[in-house]
Amino acid sequence: MTAVRTPPRRAGRVAPTAGLRGPRRFRKALLYLALAGGAVPTLLPFVWLLRSALMQDTQMFVAPPEWIPSPFQWSNFTEALTAQPFWLYFVNTVIIAVISVVGTVLTCSVAAFSFSRLRWRGRNVAFAVLLSGVMLPYAVTLIPTFVMWQELGALDTFVPLTVPSWFAGAGGGVFNVFLLRQFFLTIPFELDEAAYIDGASPWRVFWTIVMPLSKPAIVVVTIFTFIGTWNDFLGPLLYLNDEEKYTLSLGLASFQSIYLTQWGYLMAASAAVIAPIIALFFFLQRYFIEGVTLTGIKN
Amino acid sequence: MAGMSGQRRMERRWGLLMALPAILGFVIFTAGPMVASLAFSLTDWQVGGTPAFVGLGNYTELAGDELFWTSLGATTYYTLGAVPLVLIVSFAVAMLLNQKVRGLPLWRTIFYLPTLVPAIANVVLWIWIFNPDFGLLNSLLRQAGLPTGQWVYDEAMAVPSLIVMSTWGFGNTMVIFLAGLQGVPRHLYEAVSIDGGGAWRRFWHVTLPMMTPTIFYNLVVGVVGTFQVFNQAYVMTEGGPNNATLFYVYYLFRMAFRESEMGYASALAWVLFMIIVVITFLLFRNARRWVYYEMAGAR
Repeated sequence: MTAVRTPPRRAGRVAPTAGLRGPRRFRKALLYLALAGGAVPTLLPFVWLLRSALMQDTQMFVAPPEWIPSPFQWSNFTEALTAQPFWLYFVNTVIIAVISVVGTVLTCSVAAFSFSRLRWRGRNVAFAVLLSGVMLPYAVTLIPTFVMWQELGALDTFVPLTVPSWFAGAGGGVFNVFLLRQFFLTIPFELDEAAYIDGASPWRVFWTIVMPLSKPAIVVVTIFTFIGTWNDFLGPLLYLNDEEKYTLSLGLASFQSIYLTQWGYLMAASAAVIAPIIALFFFLQRYFIEGVTLTGIKN
Repeated sequence: MAGMSGQRRMERRWGLLMALPAILGFVIFTAGPMVASLAFSLTDWQVGGTPAFVGLGNYTELAGDELFWTSLGATTYYTLGAVPLVLIVSFAVAMLLNQKVRGLPLWRTIFYLPTLVPAIANVVLWIWIFNPDFGLLNSLLRQAGLPTGQWVYDEAMAVPSLIVMSTWGFGNTMVIFLAGLQGVPRHLYEAVSIDGGGAWRRFWHVTLPMMTPTIFYNLVVGVVGTFQVFNQAYVMTEGGPNNATLFYVYYLFRMAFRESEMGYASALAWVLFMIIVVITFLLFRNARRWVYYEMAGAR
């Protein structure tokens, strides 16, 4: 190996321009090779998922494994998705997600406006205390919150899953207040002052000046709240008993416990649960990456 | 002057009003439950019964509870494996993507895709991947003529298997690293190059030191999040085999909602809280030694 590698380097010393190109091209090739080497194991589970979702059981249990379904068993999807009312789960999940997103965006941005652009005594202390809640493990508040909803007779309703979001997300959702506040601080304060001189109320300033200028941040909060609600498992697991109220995650988990070895059905159902999020991602790709980046640069 | 104070008064009134949902949310869903769970933890309380004050009884019982130590061990093992692995893989891939790569958005999407898979769909997919007879992993190993494993069905392999599974979702961490890498000032690299430094020196003396704040952020977020792992244990392994994956929050969940031991489970929650506080504190104290902050010099 060393014998093969040395000659181009020596040649490089003799003729720099010609020599540089060799190693550089070699390095480029190595780079793409490494990327491809990382991409294969990253994508393989997806391929495995799709291939299994479209395969007959008999073909799945052959060794060595086959990769192309023959025939394509599209009925896996129809059978799996009608074996349990996944359509209903989908509707339930969307209802919960939409109520949570609207509540989070509204109350978090209102709070962020107050914490960034209105002056009142105790503001900064209140904000710091609020933000400290982000560090609290969810397990600490889990039991008392559950007991509270139980006492209020709200078990087996969407209330425990949606109402907290109308209090600025509550708990971890406070992070959104932080994010929006950071964004609001970048908007020139002269805009507010001019509006106040014209006799505008803070609400008017918030609604007609700050909010329209903050679309990117609002989209980010929307996306992450939506995904968080869509993925939530522990919440629905704790609070929903009636199968008619199940969310997709809960429905999939219960489906899995019934159809333990029906891999075709299981993979078809999983693919159906994954698909909407992936579709959303492709529509809003730019905001996704921006959002993750924004959360990371917060320190 | 009168107008000014009118403005002040209006800001204060609106400021409090607009921050109210967030403040109420903090009281109802964070501070209140936090205090309540501390109070619960001092009682012997089964659901339906009346709580009886037992002082620190639950905590002394905890110290002698073998399953508590098992769950703490399993969770620590998982965290110590998953966090460094995710950090290394995502940093390496981010480094690759930070080169002049053609089709960057495509590569980034590929590596980000697994993070989009909803948690439960992710678990269901990996149950099938880990399937000892016809799963992806063993099928590939068998084809390559390598020894196969029992993965999550094997006491010794269960946690390492879940660590591998968690590494698949490295996309979020990677995007944050990538943003950090793109923020490293170019002139620092040029300075090293002028001094005759090669790629290794550029990495060791510029990239790594400049990236320490980002690494630290991902480390803290990773540790705190990973320590609260739940879904895999609930849907995939039910804590088994032989309690190998009895993760802390899953044990707490079982205590609270299966055994109905609300007092004992609350004590578990507070111990978890304390553990996370101590870990975070230690990480921050340790950070001074290796995290580079530009501001530190200015102070």
